[in-house]
Amino acid sequence: MQSTSRRGKAPGAVRASILGLTRTLSIPALAVLTALLIGALIMLLSGGNPLVGYVALFEGAFGKARSLSETAVAATPYVFAGLGIALGFRGGLFNIGVEGQLFIGSICAAGVGYAVHGLPWFIHMPLALLAGCLGGAICAGIPGFLKAKTGAHEVITTIMINYMAIYFTNWLVTGPMQDPGTIVPQTRRILATAEIPAIWGAYRVHWGTVLAIAAAALVFWLLWRTVLGFEIRTVGANPDAAKYAGIHVGRNIVITMMLSGALAGAAGAVEVLGLNHYFAPSFSIGYGFDSIAVAVLGKSHPWGVVASAFLFGALNNGANLMQLRTQSPVYIISIVQALILMLVSADQIVRRLYRLKDLPKGNLATPAVATSESALGTGKEAKS
Amino acid sequence: MVALALQVKGITKRYPGVIANHEVDFDLRKGEIHVLLGENGAGKTTLMNIIYGLSMPDEGECYLDGELIQITDPNLAISRGIGMVHQHFMLVPTLTVVENIILGVESLRPRTAFLRQLSLLDLASATKRIESLSKQYGLEVDPAAYVRDLPVGAQQRVEIVKALYREADILILDEPTAVLTPQEADDLFQVMRALVQPRGDKHGKSIIFITHKLKEVLAVADRITVLRGGRVVGSTMPSATTENELAAMMVGREVVLTVPKGPARPQEPVLEVQDLKVLDDRHLVAVDGVSLEVRKGEILGVAGVQGNGQRELVESLTGLRKPVGGHVRILGQETTLASPRRITELGTAHIPEDRQKHGLVLSDPVKDNLVLNTYYRPPFAHRAVIAREQVADNAARLVREFDIRTPSIETATSNLSGGNQQKTIVAREFSRPIQLLIAAQPTRGLDVGSIEFIHGQLVKRRDDGCAVLLVSAELDEIMALADRIAVMYKGKIVSVMPAEEATREKLGLLMAGVS
Repeated sequence: MQSTSRRGKAPGAVRASILGLTRTLSIPALAVLTALLIGALIMLLSGGNPLVGYVALFEGAFGKARSLSETAVAATPYVFAGLGIALGFRGGLFNIGVEGQLFIGSICAAGVGYAVHGLPWFIHMPLALLAGCLGGAICAGIPGFLKAKTGAHEVITTIMINYMAIYFTNWLVTGPMQDPGTIVPQTRRILATAEIPAIWGAYRVHWGTVLAIAAAALVFWLLWRTVLGFEIRTVGANPDAAKYAGIHVGRNIVITMMLSGALAGAAGAVEVLGLNHYFAPSFSIGYGFDSIAVAVLGKSHPWGVVASAFLFGALNNGANLMQLRTQSPVYIISIVQALILMLVSADQIVRRLYRLKDLPKGNLATPAVATSESALGTGKEAKS
Repeated sequence: MVALALQVKGITKRYPGVIANHEVDFDLRKGEIHVLLGENGAGKTTLMNIIYGLSMPDEGECYLDGELIQITDPNLAISRGIGMVHQHFMLVPTLTVVENIILGVESLRPRTAFLRQLSLLDLASATKRIESLSKQYGLEVDPAAYVRDLPVGAQQRVEIVKALYREADILILDEPTAVLTPQEADDLFQVMRALVQPRGDKHGKSIIFITHKLKEVLAVADRITVLRGGRVVGSTMPSATTENELAAMMVGREVVLTVPKGPARPQEPVLEVQDLKVLDDRHLVAVDGVSLEVRKGEILGVAGVQGNGQRELVESLTGLRKPVGGHVRILGQETTLASPRRITELGTAHIPEDRQKHGLVLSDPVKDNLVLNTYYRPPFAHRAVIAREQVADNAARLVREFDIRTPSIETATSNLSGGNQQKTIVAREFSRPIQLLIAAQPTRGLDVGSIEFIHGQLVKRRDDGCAVLLVSAELDEIMALADRIAVMYKGKIVSVMPAEEATREKLGLLMAGVS
């Protein structure tokens, strides 16, 4: 993945790394293009004009300062949650529990946000964010611990914990944490000192977006520059070799899950602290599940995740104007997103469609799909 | 003019950055055993994959029985009478021999072709055919036995019968002797001879035999073709050549086949094993009360047919598997239940039996694999951050010193040939100060050049004062390298003897459990 190095390289190696990058990017790019084309066809069949529709989609996402701001707002939770999934993939773990960790993270942040008084903002806001991360980390650490100790598959346990987490938060906001001033299931408003401030006047875009991009940089640094990252990637790529190398595989699984959960928790916390300023169970539109697609499309690379998160944010945000102009329902965008995920996962379809040359075995840089496969226990054994 | 069963002309196959086959011409006469020799990465597998329809050549033609044909997939190859016995068997352990053999070509009871999926299998007539095939060629198999209960040699016979059952006239045997005892290998050669005998006015079968063991080549081949770097470098007859000449053709230079090695000067014990007991994955006793000792400056060779507890023994000595009884001491320190990291830090190097499973992270670059068990400490890490310059410098140095053939240190190890993958492991394990070297099957599947190199390195370590435990199923390797030889059979060390007293016959019998 990392292809730049400060030391001198043969021109061939530079060419190879550029070629490698083009290859890595070509599948996702072609998948998005194909999905949009199929989406156009569906729009056409449902009586809309796809050209008008996509122009509106683009305008809605990028046309004005406000739409840009809204695209950033929509992308932010995808960046955090997508990073969480991607980090798990790199460590060989398929954390489907991101949705639940997101709920726990946001209610923890909300709790600290409204219940803790008398702190200056520069302590209160980070504290609330940290509480969100911690909540998510604990919520993900349990399945991690179960896997390390008993071998229970994290896909099963995280799905189960999703239900527990979501219903637990539902109970909290209809019970002990409900805003006494209303009958709606939601918490009280967080204090001003806990808010993540807006960046830009009256627009909703807030510093949480910047934090999300900083988190991507942090995840990149963690994975490819630190000892812990080396261990996470080694366990993800080959647990047997990791054990041989002296890595404590079980402990590593717990750490990876907790880090993944912390990022998911941050996704929820930032939504509360930067945008909504209270917790209500309706805040998530399935961020946790969509971010699986974000991570897969981003090839589990932090910068890939940022790019695909903004794509998903733009699609979601532009969809409204598209519906307004063409009467094509916003759900067409969900279809497009699903198609993207399908085409990226089954990249052979894209290869056939565009006559891309097959690469010899083992040359293909598809870490996201490869690791998620092995996480599901269907990974093919590597052969040389 | 001799009738040709198969002929390929001008086969070229390119992969990005590599030409795996370059204008390869190869032919197989009816009723002959044609040996295909070559180093790893020489293009043998690519050529066989093309013949068997697993991949398509970029250029070149293929003729079967004189007819131009495009073999687009293995099903076509099978229907045209090509059978392949892979190095790793393609059998279902939980099915019986007859079920495995008819898998995919099930014969059904007559008049039940309607509702094919529900009709009954005609096992009786299949069994009869298998019995007659096995009698005809001396291939002893029990059709009713479950494959999981069969020893490796018998499983291989099942694979051959499977190919014959599909009426193969051309058999491709890929490194078939790698898993056999010397006696089993001799049996296989007899079967091969029987297969190529003409029957009545019909030609015998034709066999392409892929191997790297030069003794076998001379014993069994009718003709020999040598590949190097994707090209055919020559064809010859066994009567017209010698082992040394073949080795030189394969490698492209003179090769020393015997390991030059002075007498051992054993000193104090480094590894002490007492009454060790280890269970396998199925919780059955695999190592049953093994005691042994390896001294500084000697090589102890553990001979034995694969699957007699060697893997579990090595895994328990290196911390990958916890023993259930007994003691292991390294340099006087108790390590029976120690972690792999502690054992490594005591100065133990481990060349694991399965290099792709334990020894390497295939998807990671060469430079990361060269610090796989030292990445966490100086000079490769400072305060939890990887020192990338040092990792790269280390890789550049080791690639040069150990002659690892790789396009760059950033290349994923999956793209390296088997020999270069093994060199990567050897380079890593030898690049730190070590007192004890545990090498399991260190040259399995490697070419002559790499074997020569690794053998030289093992002897050099011994002379530098390292204690070496060498576990190998290759008798020649044990006899060439070891100073003392232990034979392992069914989890026990049945005999330990000085290397001078060992003969092939004596060891072969001990390995087979005859004492």
